[in-house]
Amino acid sequence: MLTIRNLRGGYGRIEVLHGVSLSVRRGEVVALVGANGAGKSTLLKAVSGLLPQWTGEVLFDGRPLQGKKPPEIVALGVGLVPEGRWIFPPMSVVDNLRLGAYLRLRRGDHKGVEEELERVYELFPILAERRRQPAGILSGGEQQMLAMGRALMTRPRMLLLDEPTTGLAPLLVEKIFQIIARLRDESLTFLLVEQNAQGALALADRGYVLETGRMVLQGRARELLEDQEVKRAYLGRDYKEFVEGRV
Amino acid sequence: MTGKRRLWATTAFAGAIAVASMAVSNAYHQQLLTVIGIHTLLALGLNMLMGYAGQISLGHAAFYGLGAYGTGILTTHYGWSPWAAFPLVLVAAGAVAYVIGRPTLKLSGYYLAMGTLGLGIIGHVIFREWDSMTGGASGMVGIPPLQVGGTVLSLGRSGMILVWVVVLMAFFFCDRLVDSRIGRALRALGDSQGAAAACGVDTGRLKAVIFSFSAVLTALAGFLYAHLVGFISPSSFDFLMSIRMVTMVVIGGMASIYGSLFGASVITLLPEWLHVFSDYEMMVYGLVLMLVMIFLPQGLTRGVLDALEGVKSES
Ligand SMILES: Nc1ncnc2c1ncn2[C@@H]1O[C@H](COP(=O)(O)OP(=O)(O)OP(=O)(O)O)[C@@H](O)[C@H]1O
Ligand SMILES: [Mg+2]
Repeated sequence: MLTIRNLRGGYGRIEVLHGVSLSVRRGEVVALVGANGAGKSTLLKAVSGLLPQWTGEVLFDGRPLQGKKPPEIVALGVGLVPEGRWIFPPMSVVDNLRLGAYLRLRRGDHKGVEEELERVYELFPILAERRRQPAGILSGGEQQMLAMGRALMTRPRMLLLDEPTTGLAPLLVEKIFQIIARLRDESLTFLLVEQNAQGALALADRGYVLETGRMVLQGRARELLEDQEVKRAYLGRDYKEFVEGRV
Repeated sequence: MTGKRRLWATTAFAGAIAVASMAVSNAYHQQLLTVIGIHTLLALGLNMLMGYAGQISLGHAAFYGLGAYGTGILTTHYGWSPWAAFPLVLVAAGAVAYVIGRPTLKLSGYYLAMGTLGLGIIGHVIFREWDSMTGGASGMVGIPPLQVGGTVLSLGRSGMILVWVVVLMAFFFCDRLVDSRIGRALRALGDSQGAAAACGVDTGRLKAVIFSFSAVLTALAGFLYAHLVGFISPSSFDFLMSIRMVTMVVIGGMASIYGSLFGASVITLLPEWLHVFSDYEMMVYGLVLMLVMIFLPQGLTRGVLDALEGVKSES
């Protein structure tokens, strides 16, 4: 569904991704893990059209995304939940969600959008409760759900998630992962970027490890979980962070 | 605003206009209210750009002048009817804005501010120097008044009613716009362009469109001004005017439609009440802009309301 070949790109003259390749098949959850600054977010930005310059090949459903602007890519069915949530604080929850349906409302699909709203509310009941409140007063976890809900409103066939669980309490992390699993069962495809390598690989079908702009490992998620290298570099650190850093 | 509240607000506003149009019979007051109405249109137009899309224009006086001089030239030199000139000047303002906005707004930051600053200066130079068309520094006289049916709408009661009916319609329209799909996208733009783009909003185009819309509203104010006053001169469309507009928006509150009315009233009435003010106008605006931005970044209207809420909840 998504094929990336030899992707190079960065900011200005600084190259962040030095020829990265990755593929995601329909219905899969693919985890992309790696340390801070490895270039994970940059890769998602390139796919969603937010990175102004890159070379290489990115195909979605066989169609090249090179040169396409974000709205066109959204229209093709690629949704992005950006890092740091990026919700619009003064706007109400429902307005944030409706914003996700911008392109569909432009086509006049009001009925479909209202149905989609109901589906999002069913997935995240807390958003229904708070639909009239400004998004800025939601808790971190609720904002994350709102960001996911907003991306779902674009009715994507593939969702790019950038660290959806960072900074959330363990219970909420579990909940977000459950929702991803459920959406996968409803045939949504995921490219999931996570700091929480353990959780992400446990959920994913396949995984990739990105290190300073290069893919260093890839394979079935279960095998990566067992991989000594990965354990040492990421899982161990996660564990330490969990014990020492987050208390 | 929800549909019901919008209806109430509009009805109340229409009622106030009806009452005022009957009650105010002093010519000076009528004139003052007319000017406040025109300034409200200016503030509203700029607020759609500044308050919602988060972009600043330092040359909106050029669009104000384009509306006024455009119709002035077409009606006095070419004998057009004002109603024929009307769509043309509005379209011209929108087109000029789009052409300037499209490239400058693609870049982030304050490129539009620089671009419009230049535009404002060029506009003012043209109004002042193109003697054969604009009458140069001494201005243009004899711009015909508007007529509806057999009624002449001139400075006085009829002109005042005309301006306020237009303000009412503009309020209603902008309020709906802000609440629409486009309005949500606009508010999102002001917040984060990346996130708006991730929702499928073509940010560069939308900003150019709203800039264009704001220019059209501003030209509309210029059109009304020219036909009501009958005389225009370049000093009404200079840099100080552009700054006056920015000050009105800042005082009234960014992204506040009814705040525009307040900002316009303050900026119109202050020089009337304080005559010494006119010598230091620029300085006072500078000071006001600084103080409001530091202490009440939401604008006076919102700021005072918030302060009152605070007092209420404390007691
Ligand atoms: N807007 C930007 N301008 C310049 N450099 C940037 C920008 N954004 C990121 N970078 C740099 O690009 C590199 C990769 O950043 P990126 O955000 O893709 O990493 P990441 O893998 O997502 O990290 P994290 O886990 O912290 O989110 C970093 O060195 C970062 O400093
Ligand atoms: Mg990142």
